[in-house]
Amino acid sequence: MFQNIGEMVVLFWQTLKALPATWRQRQKVFEQLFEIGNASLLMACILSLFIGGVLSLQTGPVLAERGIQNLLGGVVGISMCKELAPVMMAVLIAGRIGSAMAAEIGSMQVYQEIDALKTMNISVVNYLVLPRLVAISIALPTLVIFSVLTGWLGGALVAAFNPQIAVSYSVFFNNLRDVVDFGDVAHGLFKSLVFAVVIGIVSCHQGLVTIGGPRGIGRSVTKAVVNSIVVILILDYFLTRFLLYLEK
Amino acid sequence: MTELSPNQKSVSVHVRGLRKSFDGVEVLKGLDFEVRRGELFVIMGPSGSGKSVLLKHIIGLETPDAGDVLIEGQSITSPGVMDRHRMAMVFQSSALLNSLTVAENVGLYLTEHRLKPPEEIERIVAEKLELVGLSGVGDKMPSELSGGMKKRVAIARALVVEPQLILYDEPTSELDPVIAVTIGQEILRLNRVTGATSIVVTHDRDLAFGIADRIAILLQGSLRVVGTPEEVQACQDADVQKFLRADFRFKNNVKQ
Repeated sequence: MFQNIGEMVVLFWQTLKALPATWRQRQKVFEQLFEIGNASLLMACILSLFIGGVLSLQTGPVLAERGIQNLLGGVVGISMCKELAPVMMAVLIAGRIGSAMAAEIGSMQVYQEIDALKTMNISVVNYLVLPRLVAISIALPTLVIFSVLTGWLGGALVAAFNPQIAVSYSVFFNNLRDVVDFGDVAHGLFKSLVFAVVIGIVSCHQGLVTIGGPRGIGRSVTKAVVNSIVVILILDYFLTRFLLYLEK
Repeated sequence: MTELSPNQKSVSVHVRGLRKSFDGVEVLKGLDFEVRRGELFVIMGPSGSGKSVLLKHIIGLETPDAGDVLIEGQSITSPGVMDRHRMAMVFQSSALLNSLTVAENVGLYLTEHRLKPPEEIERIVAEKLELVGLSGVGDKMPSELSGGMKKRVAIARALVVEPQLILYDEPTSELDPVIAVTIGQEILRLNRVTGATSIVVTHDRDLAFGIADRIAILLQGSLRVVGTPEEVQACQDADVQKFLRADFRFKNNVKQ
């Protein structure tokens, strides 16, 4: 385990050092961005609409019982932008895109394509890891913005149409505007950027250390997704503690 | 140390005391040999004798447990050696990038290193594909090609590097005899045309004796003989003779 962590830290460092080469790899970055956005945007919006809705559905009646349902907009707003959107989008992207990265790089490793790149003196980090890491670091925070907006919408819809809650759009969004500020959104976006780096590095690393045939690729894909999600959830706690400390 | 001119067509390779083990099993048992500039050197041996592992050491894809590989006197593990010398390898599986077209595969080295403008790369790719008899397949994907065509695309990709050292890993495996002969002819012709040092790893005796300037026989991780095809044929080592004489003509010798 410690060897893997060490290798991932080295891979991340090498990718950071390769960042100046991003412009040269822009075509691949755009391809990866399209891949990630195209594959995930609709799914992310649908998922977030329902997460926001469920949040309203669970919280609204409890607040209504106490006569404070007017605060629902703030509860949904804060929960979505600081916690649910970054974590749920990261889990979604780990499953959809992290697995694809590990599978693609893993199959390139198994079928000697990566060896071929090395013999041509082409940097594997620059050619394979850098574009993926840059693309996911742009795409995941962008998806989180969409997720936050659709989550708020889902929350507002349920709040308006559920008779047990019955909070109008204007009351919902007025309260949301009172409670949520730019710092809260930035909090979520920063988390999603860290999660993006985790998914990119864990998935690319798993692909690069793939051994064996198709079974090895399958194993790498599973490890990439599971390890990414585990790291995201653990890191989420510590990041939250850190960001709350900064907010004081 | 010899400073190599960029125009020099070939490099020498010295393998010194090379040892490698995997999971406690010694695959290479202290190999020593030299490949001269411009030579077509064939390393022959049965499956599992360590040929491909040796080839990977020569191009720096594996790190030896002991010993070294020297390219023009510089260790393959020393920094920058891949920048100073142009080397290429044709893999047994061809190892074409499946996400790229044939033309993109062939031009990959030039594109990634930004060595030429796009129009020039296009011209060079077409020229190299023509050289291996594959004009007009540039837009195809590797999955649309036969095994022999993939091998030739891999050779074209290697030639784009204008290598001073070119390595072939089992270039005729999985090919029918006619295509295998064509590939053998290509390897010999390219060695003579480009002047690059060529190292071929194979268990195909016909190919080896048909193209080699010198042959090394690798058995169970040790070199048993290194010499010209005639010298190898004359070698008295029983294991070498067993490997060289094995054939399929046993039907008439089976007693009913």
